[in-house]
Amino acid sequence: MEEIRIGVFVCNCGSNIAGFLDCKELAEYSKTLPDVTFTRENLFSCSEAGVTDIKNAIIENKLNRVIVAACTPRTHEPTFRAACQDAGMNPFFFEFVNIREHCSWAHKNEPEPATQKAKDLIRMGVARARLLEPQESIVAKVEPSALIIGGGIAGLTATQSLAARGFEVTLVERTNQLGGLMKGLYQIFPGDISAEQLTSEKIETLSKYPNANVMTETNVVDVAGYVGNYVATIQPNKKQEIKKKFGIIIVATGTRSLIPDGLYKYDGKKIITQMHLESLLKTGKFKTKNVVMIQCAGSRNSERIYCSRICCMTAIKSGIFIKQQNPDAKVFILYRDLMCHGVENEEILRRAKELGVRFVKFSEDQPPQVEENSVKVFNDVLGREMEIDYDSVVLATPLIPNEGVESVSKMLKVPLDEYKFFLEAHIKLRPNDFATDGIYVCGTAHWPATITESIHQALGAAARASIHLTREEVEVEPIVSMLVDEDACRGCGLCASVCPYGSIEMVQTSKGIKANIVAVACKGCGTCGATCYKHAIKMNHFTNEQLTAQISVAFNE
Amino acid sequence: MLDVGRHPNVNILAYSEVESLKGDIGNFTATVRKKARYVDEDICNACGDCLVKCPVKKIPDDFDMGLKNRKAVYQYFSQGIPAVMTIDPDNCIYLKKGKCGVCKTKCVKGAIDYEQKDKILELDVGAVIVATGLDVFDPTPLTQYGYGKMKNVITGLEYERLINATGPTGGNLLRPSDGEMAHKVAYVQCVGSRDFNYCNYCSSVCCMYAIKDAMLGREHEPDSESYIFHTDFRNVGKWFQKYEIRGKEEYGINYIRGRVADITEDENQNPILWYEDTETREVKSLNVEMAVLSTAAMAAKGSSELAKKLGVNLSEHGFVAAGLPYPSDTNVPGIFACGFCIGPADIPESVAQASAAANRAAEVVFLGEKKKTA
Repeated sequence: MEEIRIGVFVCNCGSNIAGFLDCKELAEYSKTLPDVTFTRENLFSCSEAGVTDIKNAIIENKLNRVIVAACTPRTHEPTFRAACQDAGMNPFFFEFVNIREHCSWAHKNEPEPATQKAKDLIRMGVARARLLEPQESIVAKVEPSALIIGGGIAGLTATQSLAARGFEVTLVERTNQLGGLMKGLYQIFPGDISAEQLTSEKIETLSKYPNANVMTETNVVDVAGYVGNYVATIQPNKKQEIKKKFGIIIVATGTRSLIPDGLYKYDGKKIITQMHLESLLKTGKFKTKNVVMIQCAGSRNSERIYCSRICCMTAIKSGIFIKQQNPDAKVFILYRDLMCHGVENEEILRRAKELGVRFVKFSEDQPPQVEENSVKVFNDVLGREMEIDYDSVVLATPLIPNEGVESVSKMLKVPLDEYKFFLEAHIKLRPNDFATDGIYVCGTAHWPATITESIHQALGAAARASIHLTREEVEVEPIVSMLVDEDACRGCGLCASVCPYGSIEMVQTSKGIKANIVAVACKGCGTCGATCYKHAIKMNHFTNEQLTAQISVAFNE
Repeated sequence: MLDVGRHPNVNILAYSEVESLKGDIGNFTATVRKKARYVDEDICNACGDCLVKCPVKKIPDDFDMGLKNRKAVYQYFSQGIPAVMTIDPDNCIYLKKGKCGVCKTKCVKGAIDYEQKDKILELDVGAVIVATGLDVFDPTPLTQYGYGKMKNVITGLEYERLINATGPTGGNLLRPSDGEMAHKVAYVQCVGSRDFNYCNYCSSVCCMYAIKDAMLGREHEPDSESYIFHTDFRNVGKWFQKYEIRGKEEYGINYIRGRVADITEDENQNPILWYEDTETREVKSLNVEMAVLSTAAMAAKGSSELAKKLGVNLSEHGFVAAGLPYPSDTNVPGIFACGFCIGPADIPESVAQASAAANRAAEVVFLGEKKKTA
């Protein structure tokens, strides 16, 4: 076996480290550690001079492991790995020891114990470095084609965008018509645009792209594979199923409006939903004079605590249309909070007030009572009960997850939240990604959204997806889990069930059911390795041996 | 920020401004003024040795909302990208009088360069994305709230700095008047927002940040009291209602529906809030130790000048006009927009919009490349 020769570089980071820790002592101490054959203190290891120093030391001293004790791997691990590679070393023989953010900055007032802690950290780094193994990056080809599930405004927009970029796109819609929820809408805000026109323009544009393949009355029945290499089984109505390869998948399965059975005497005739009203306004069939709209019908309650985000604007918009079509009509909107966030929404609220739409606030514990010909409501602001005659009551019901989201979730191994909307990778910073690489979400499948927001998200999801499609291959750090002991694997499937990235599949082999880890989809989190009670899984670059060695020297000089 | 800073394809020109834009979609030439930092960006690594002995000490720190002072050589904030120092030419003694030069002697890397000049760069680009964000409304004209006169009436952003561990008080919620811990805090919503005299729209993000601020306050001082005075309580995003309920049930935040009419002060400089609780229809007052104004968010300063340079239309409120059917597009082909510059938006909305604008720009750039090679 090759002799292990470790070089330890202690960075001063100007005064960021050296201002608090005794770096000279750290370098001296490092020399005493096993297999350390070279040490150096740098003012800035990351500077041009520092990096050159590391490269020269590797060559001149035949180093085969390098440790830099410095700021943080978050910013500088790539720099030092590249330096090692340039000097002919495998970059995974590099070990970072964080003595700035884990030490000098954290213990600014205690320089002596902090220096001691830095020694412990370096000792641990050396223990691990001795056991490091060379690794090669994992590369997989990306099929330059996209599968879009759902043909509403979000799915259409994502399809158009990727098709315009020249990628092969397959749009799968389970009903016989594209357009989703927008099909039933009249005009949309802001801008008084016809919903039908906007949808049909989108659909028409798609027909211009030979690389956009639109399939209606079709279901995706199975998906296997991983980023760059998904294989979907697509079942068109009454036709032979198709198996096709896709690099990425966008989930745009949309949402539906709650049918409020049992709420406020809903009957679908005199007491209807906002969606129903839209379709009546669209055909000009709504002639009613006295309209009472009730907000939060089925939302912001104990059963469904969320706010559906769009219903206030929907009601206000309908109110405006009714008043425009018939200025003598009386429209009352009974609300809890008017959720007109932003600029345009506040503007339409003002417009509605100017046109004479009346707003009455009620509280959750005193909901309106729908009687035969009138609605009784306790007006919170006036402090008295009102009785309002009606010809029509219109209920603003929330958007709820579409039927079948569970099966999509299961098929793609992507999670749903507690309300069964799809759960993104990060609520703030990655709103349209899933934790699983190569699968994205947009539109109301993610959460109730306006049309503008759905378009933004669809373009956003397409942008995210196009990163993989453009690169044509996906490269992954080899810090992944590996099934090292196939015989030990009992095929229990625990590892697959805990994997947050859907990167483990259970496969039938000649030795029975075994775990198959798709390295390119793995993020190296280690959950599977920790779960496997047969110790059949090993974490590359973070092996049990490496970690145990670190822990044992941590408490034992 | 770090990811962008590290990306090999990204060239960050911070401390720079667009002077003009010529050409059209696929072929723009942008003239950019890269302002002199008097520090060589390639050498400086923000170690901070230069500022230790800088004798100019009392310049209000913009990032800390003027609650702390900085020196004439400074880093805008400690996690800033690019991580480099800047010398403020309006306050540096050497740049003004040719004497001092202490920072130069302290910098072992030799990064200080008093001779540095503004650079004018010409960039050939296929597409432009405007993401100039927002500025907050200065509540001084709303004299009924006493901001600027009463020390313990502060803005939401000032509160954010006070509660932040890297902020001027090390994360302790100390009252500006006497440095005492504030245990009873009121958050006043719609300050300048939804106001016919100022910003006649809803700023969208304040209801949620007030809840967040109140929660943070409670986490720092578990026995403190908090009150949020709101009109419509607009918590409409993903899981926001749940958050609102959690604020009330787990953190004991008091939500009061009513617009604060007036703030006065008692002899201990405690703000007294006068309001009508519109749910009980009573006029009341509440003594607190600190009042936090959730000020309106507005189009960023200078955005109208920028719009003129780019030829981009603005809405009446000064936001970049971008709407259906292409909500990422401006009136100028090849110029796209995202984030608060097109109107109030929270973080996930801004991120989605940013990806969308990047997508539209990519269509231009990639298709342009294709045409060139064809």
